[in-house]
Amino acid sequence: MRFAILGILAIILFFLNLFVGSVEIDPGEVWRILTEWNPEGGPLDFIVLGSRFPQAVTAFLAGSALTVSGLLLQTAFRNPLAGPSILGITSGSGLGVALVMLFFGGTLSIGSLSIGGYMAVLIGALAGSLAIMALLLLFSVWLKSDLMLLIAGIMTGYLTSSVITLLNYFSSAESIQSYTLWGMGSFGGVSLSQLPIFSFAVILGLFLSILMMKPLNILLLGDNYARNLGIRMQTVRNLLLVTTGILTSVVTAFCGPVTFIGLAMPHIVRMIFRTSDHRVIIPGSILTGGVIGLGCNLLCVLPRETILPLNGITPIIGVPVVLYVIFSKRRQ
Amino acid sequence: MENKEVVITRDLTTGYRKGKREWIITDRLSTSLREGEFVSLLGPNGAGKSTLLRTLAGFQSPLGGQVLIEGVDLSEMNPRDLARTVSVVLTEKTQIDNMNVEALVGLGRAPYTGFWGTLDPKDREVVESAMRLTGIENMRKREVQSLSDGERQKVMIAKALAQSTPVIFLDEPTAFLDYPSKVEIMLLLARLAKEERKTIFMSTHDIDIALQLSSRIWLMDKKEGVTIGSHRELTDSGALERYFLRPGIGFDRESGRFFVS
Repeated sequence: MRFAILGILAIILFFLNLFVGSVEIDPGEVWRILTEWNPEGGPLDFIVLGSRFPQAVTAFLAGSALTVSGLLLQTAFRNPLAGPSILGITSGSGLGVALVMLFFGGTLSIGSLSIGGYMAVLIGALAGSLAIMALLLLFSVWLKSDLMLLIAGIMTGYLTSSVITLLNYFSSAESIQSYTLWGMGSFGGVSLSQLPIFSFAVILGLFLSILMMKPLNILLLGDNYARNLGIRMQTVRNLLLVTTGILTSVVTAFCGPVTFIGLAMPHIVRMIFRTSDHRVIIPGSILTGGVIGLGCNLLCVLPRETILPLNGITPIIGVPVVLYVIFSKRRQ
Repeated sequence: MENKEVVITRDLTTGYRKGKREWIITDRLSTSLREGEFVSLLGPNGAGKSTLLRTLAGFQSPLGGQVLIEGVDLSEMNPRDLARTVSVVLTEKTQIDNMNVEALVGLGRAPYTGFWGTLDPKDREVVESAMRLTGIENMRKREVQSLSDGERQKVMIAKALAQSTPVIFLDEPTAFLDYPSKVEIMLLLARLAKEERKTIFMSTHDIDIALQLSSRIWLMDKKEGVTIGSHRELTDSGALERYFLRPGIGFDRESGRFFVS
């Protein structure tokens, strides 16, 4: 039932994303463009098929990816305040992206890259996020307190940000501007030709997370109980590392360091489904995350003639949820 | 007739290895735990109770010797087989939100369920009987985080029962409980050992209750090593006094009880 409502919501929002945008197009005209499907047909065809369509797909998949990766992190670290951006994984990806872009001709502009260049950017983002994840897992062996681990994650995030700042300082004004724009976040960064790579990577990550539903449930009991129930901790941890790495880095490379969705959405999903059973909340996260991604994107393009930065919207949804989680923990 | 030996240790040496140095805690222990026995491991902090327990439960490997459970060496079991042989209940209070009692007990079936962890009718039956034996069937739909500490430990014991293992190891399961809950949990364990023919081995600091309810007792400290016997035997041999008598603590040989002198 809840899945059906979310599914219908996702479809409605998906089409709203195609019909609404900064350029006003008559709904009947949008329908004609969609049914004829000819991206080279004219400027309006290009706007709907070459811009709005990939943007809507990206918004859905990125929302799903960030929500699932936040959920995996919260289960792995058994910490409700874990998330890809707060633990510095996003900025790790950002650092990877920045480094690769510098090597690709000293520019931080992602728009000018070929498909091969995109693969390099993706690999850079993946390497960056995996490095941070590995570091965090290492820290989690020593730092038994969850709070300490969060602080270590935030510090790691600052450190990678400082490297990025230094890189920015030594690059041209033009690339600083494009890097700043990237940093504001946008679901509009994936073109129609890049959409297959992006979708493939995200769907691969989501698929891997679905495979881990049983061990994830057992991990909720804590490491010792999980080991006693036959979980191969090292294997599961490595798989978690790779999955979260793929999901976070792909989204970060294409859409920028999107904040708060990964941190806040898993809580909303648990509230909607009233369970911690991953067999429910992983599919639930994919749908709910997608709905929120589409919703945020709609808010970004709603004002006429301009597009709001994504990271200006996501905290408005995220911060109240995080505060609610902190306050409800206090009550217990 | 003596009950069959379920857990057998052969020259078991426990401790830690760091580089080339070894810290030996238990030296060449050869003994056994029998079917239907409720055994308590008593000793001061730092005696190495946790290390011994962790080794017996397969969490860490011994420095020497073997632990055999139902004839199979722990070190030769894969994680799934081990999970079907030994279940544990730990001191740690796990923070679990949005999970009800029934679902948690159901996780005890993990070593038996398939790739997705779905419970089949037989699994449900085992979960049901585990909840009945621990007397928690009327709180099945309650959220785990809403339970008292005592109720929560009962749920963890039910989880261990659902695991259908011949042996249950418990690491200070009563540490954070109030007195009535401590007694209740230990009565439950003694009953499960007797009626369900489980081998139950528990470390604890609640000496008084443990002495009264255990079928046998392992005493452990750094100086004396491990001494094993029934309450009566350990009283008569003076072992209990050797292990626990300190200025301010008295011991009544008649009843085998400690008191504050």
